[in-house]
Amino acid sequence: MDVLFRNVRELVERAEKEGKLISEIMIEQEMLITDRSREDIMQQMERNLTVMEEAVEKGLKGVHSVSGLTGGDAVLLQKYMQQGNSLSGDLLLDAVSKAVATNEVNAAMGTICATPTAGSAGVVPGTLFAVKNKLNPTREQMIRYLFTSGAFGFVVANNASISGAAGGCQAEVGSAAAMASAAIIEMAGGTPQQSSEAFAITLKNMLGLVCDPVAGLVEVPCVKRNAMGASNAVVAADMALAGVTSRIPCDEVISAMFEIGQAMPSAFRETAKGGLAATPTGKWLESKIFGGSVVGSGQ
Amino acid sequence: MKFKSVFDIIGPVMIGPSSSHTAGAARIGRVARDLFGRQPKWAKIHLYGSFAETYKGHSTDVAIIGGLLDYDTFDERIKTAFEEAEKLGMSYEFIPETGNVDHPNTARIVIGDEKSEMSMMGISIGGGKIEITELNGFPLRLSGNHPAILVVHDDRSGCIANVANCLYKYDINIGHMEVSRKERGDMALMVIEVDQTVDQEVMGELRELPNITQVTRIAD
Repeated sequence: MDVLFRNVRELVERAEKEGKLISEIMIEQEMLITDRSREDIMQQMERNLTVMEEAVEKGLKGVHSVSGLTGGDAVLLQKYMQQGNSLSGDLLLDAVSKAVATNEVNAAMGTICATPTAGSAGVVPGTLFAVKNKLNPTREQMIRYLFTSGAFGFVVANNASISGAAGGCQAEVGSAAAMASAAIIEMAGGTPQQSSEAFAITLKNMLGLVCDPVAGLVEVPCVKRNAMGASNAVVAADMALAGVTSRIPCDEVISAMFEIGQAMPSAFRETAKGGLAATPTGKWLESKIFGGSVVGSGQ
Repeated sequence: MKFKSVFDIIGPVMIGPSSSHTAGAARIGRVARDLFGRQPKWAKIHLYGSFAETYKGHSTDVAIIGGLLDYDTFDERIKTAFEEAEKLGMSYEFIPETGNVDHPNTARIVIGDEKSEMSMMGISIGGGKIEITELNGFPLRLSGNHPAILVVHDDRSGCIANVANCLYKYDINIGHMEVSRKERGDMALMVIEVDQTVDQEVMGELRELPNITQVTRIAD
């Protein structure tokens, strides 16, 4: 299959050589591979953007999951911000609350757009709708944010993994946070190389993160990991825009993530058998939710 | 490259909570339904690895049933798939397995009705993407990303050429093709991923070809 890039180095080189945005390279590649028109592709991405917007709005009004483990934290965060005393700053907390909002909707079996997965669906929209208030992007720039995220995610998915069952949470929220960080750079007017630096810095700080969902539900700790993924993304973007670079190149960080995932025992790869899921409280919550009865099995 | 489109990464739009365990599971169920060609009357679903450990929490079971009822990943009816299945008189059973499989998110779906039954193995590889790895004992690789046709035929010379010629006549390009058989001269299976949509007319013509037993289409 002919593709315009197979790794981040090729992606950045092509963008810089042709004087194009990373989002543009992603759009061109999509046209090439799927034989669809630019208009068609842009429209589909805008529909995804709309789904994300609606999920954030719904979450900010307050939702609760069936299990009762998650819900309502996005509302708490927004109320807290309105008091004006936040320590980490409004943009950061806004990103965190909107990431949480999305994942609370996901946990409540609401409609979301996987980015790159459902369990990590909060990070990209959370950061997007927070950064939006500061950078005032056009609708097209918001759509491009998703293509830039997608370009980096495409590399990770093909060269490593975006599945928690295969590579742990680092592969899901880690990838999502790094993708968001790269997209923030483009929206803020940074270079493709800076996107790559931000991506590397973010992912480096999510390496080793295990997938250990309590009761096997995409709730604890998934929702809060999306919150921290969003904050990681924003801070790493600021670092890259300040000129900080990653000593380990982006593609090598992705390879390291893959290797760590391969070496991870299955207890830490979405089996709900290790980590937080195996704590006394994690176990207690599991028995409280599912009890002795069989929930959800039919006949 | 397993992931070809940007919408494999930014997408799918879906009912939560898990892209691999909910959306991917629904897609596996739906491909099984497509392959069977009609609403099954009963389903036995064997779950392996992470699917077996966490299916209740991720609503993997509800999603697979939703898929067997032909629901897409974003169909709100997924949430009430068990009730809908009961209304349609479809019985179902989930069997968590402890055996080792190559991929942590694996499901074997055995479905049937009074006429026939079918067995299919699917894996959910992340972000809602799936692959079909086995059909009725035939190993195969089907990404579910492109339109595809499955042709069950007798293992005779000329079968493959006839099918390829027919597709060529309608200007349909083959992107990926696999042929497997149980034993020489026995039942064989062609799996053909194509770039264009295969319409009813083409399907009809394929069915008329000699030594062809069954032709099934899987839309993307």
